[in-house]
Amino acid sequence: MSTSYQVLRGPEHFLPPAAASMGIRLPDPGQGHIHGKIVSEEEAMEAAARQFLSAKVPTIFPGPLVLWAWNEKAAHKATAVRHLYETLKASVTSTQQAMLIPMPDYRPKYPKINPEVEINPNHPNLTIWHNKIDACMFVGVHCHQANLSLKIIRGGTDCYTIAMCAQAGHEDAMLSFRDATAEKIMRLADWVKKLKGSVEPPK
Amino acid sequence: MATQSSVGEKNKAGQTITDPWQMMHDAERTPCFFTGSEVIKEALRRANCDIMIAYPITPQSEAAALAGELFAEGFIGDYFRGESEFAVMSQCAGAAFGGARVFTTTAGPGTMRAMENFPMWAGARLPIQMIVTCRGINSPLSIQPDTLEISYLLNTGMLVWHAETAQDFYDWILKGYMVSEEPDVHLPLALCCDGFFVTHTKDMVSLTPADMCLPPYDPYRSPVPCMDMECPPVRMMRDPFIMKSNYISYATHASWQQEVWAAVERSRKHTVRWLDGLIEVENPGAEILLVSSGTAVSQGREAKVLLEEEGIDVGIVKIKSLRPWPGEEIREATKNAKHIIVPEFNVTGWMAREIKATIPNSERVYAGPRVCGGMTLPPEIIAADIKTLLGIKNKALAGRGS
Repeated sequence: MSTSYQVLRGPEHFLPPAAASMGIRLPDPGQGHIHGKIVSEEEAMEAAARQFLSAKVPTIFPGPLVLWAWNEKAAHKATAVRHLYETLKASVTSTQQAMLIPMPDYRPKYPKINPEVEINPNHPNLTIWHNKIDACMFVGVHCHQANLSLKIIRGGTDCYTIAMCAQAGHEDAMLSFRDATAEKIMRLADWVKKLKGSVEPPK
Repeated sequence: MATQSSVGEKNKAGQTITDPWQMMHDAERTPCFFTGSEVIKEALRRANCDIMIAYPITPQSEAAALAGELFAEGFIGDYFRGESEFAVMSQCAGAAFGGARVFTTTAGPGTMRAMENFPMWAGARLPIQMIVTCRGINSPLSIQPDTLEISYLLNTGMLVWHAETAQDFYDWILKGYMVSEEPDVHLPLALCCDGFFVTHTKDMVSLTPADMCLPPYDPYRSPVPCMDMECPPVRMMRDPFIMKSNYISYATHASWQQEVWAAVERSRKHTVRWLDGLIEVENPGAEILLVSSGTAVSQGREAKVLLEEEGIDVGIVKIKSLRPWPGEEIREATKNAKHIIVPEFNVTGWMAREIKATIPNSERVYAGPRVCGGMTLPPEIIAADIKTLLGIKNKALAGRGS
């Protein structure tokens, strides 16, 4: 199915469509996608690193699959996510603020979420608005909940979304990786390090 | 999809866990003469299924009883009868929430009684496989084939496939798990056939070796968490995002529903791969095309032969998957057709409506012939309707017409 639809920074609509319903297809192994267009994984790596380095508040949202040490792989991934965050923090300028905000579970948070300490898939926009986050990456979030969030973020915020997915990727993110491993997360950290100083910081 | 790491190992029944693609495409097949119900049993034997729950639906199909034999032989992890179809489908949900590969079967009024569960399965992303051996749903009661119940399943968020033959049925039960368990899909599958015609008649079916089975379901690849005490699904129901009346809770619900239908869309590429396309086209250049699904296609094939004897060229489009709907494929297949005939086994003609909504110049669609309530659809009737459409005089085929 050919489509002219692009997965772009919002706010897109009162109720934005699911990108899959607009003809956006997921990447195959070894590929990523940017704005719905299939690209090589390396191209996606570079683009993700540039998005992080050019954002005022680049933020990583780790989900339950990396926050809890439920197996050895999860623990390795958590270490890699921490490394990516530390690398990002060390690579941005003093006018930027790298953040790491967890999504520890998926239960709706009532009466009120504390957006400074967590993000929730049912109302992710609250955390993004509160912290003025303009680029974020989901990692270790179950695919259903990640897509739920990514659509809400695209609908109501201008945040650039990146998904580091351990399965088939996320067409509802503006940029997506698939088959994420600890090594892949480390490779993204390498790209951030490599591009440090070469990307114009936000004004 | 199922984990590949166990390939080569033995399951509890002593079968060798086999790469599914190799099992379905390369393994030697044995021809057998079976009823559709027996074919369900044989597919299930090789599906490495954790649990089968059913309400007995005999006489429409013996599948539920035959699955009991499989349990006794050790090929199914657990097996029990629910107290009603609604209970069965709820119990299937519980088993799938817990990370099991689940199989069930139903038909007609049973499908209707359990209906509330199907969008719940889809919303909860449970890759349960349900065989639907279609029969009449209305009063007066009928156990004869009628596909009206399929139309009720089309908007549940489930994948819906419609098998034509017992061979389709056998292959698609096994392939169905491979598609519906993909992490980007992870949806229930309603695998339908026309009851009685497929379930009770015997046909030659090529079976894969009985000592091979699919890899087990891997719940850790699920796009939603398995049920546990930290994040049970009941909690998602009870905790108040559904209880709140505000924009954000509605937006969450909307996004959730969109995600279910996005998953149906994502199943497209996997379905195309496993079923070798969502449709099958025979004689695509013909100006007259018979387009349908299930055994209406078989009757169409016979009508094609009759018409060809009279020099009338007819093509066939067999629709294999109803959800995802093969819109683009149907548009392409019918682009040069002058007449599109849609024979159906139901009173409302839901298939013709779907096709009309899909193609340009929908006046080309002839919504019929249709039968229902268990009537057969003789090929002569299809052929006669086509001839009438072409302005060729027919003899009356029923009643006391001239």
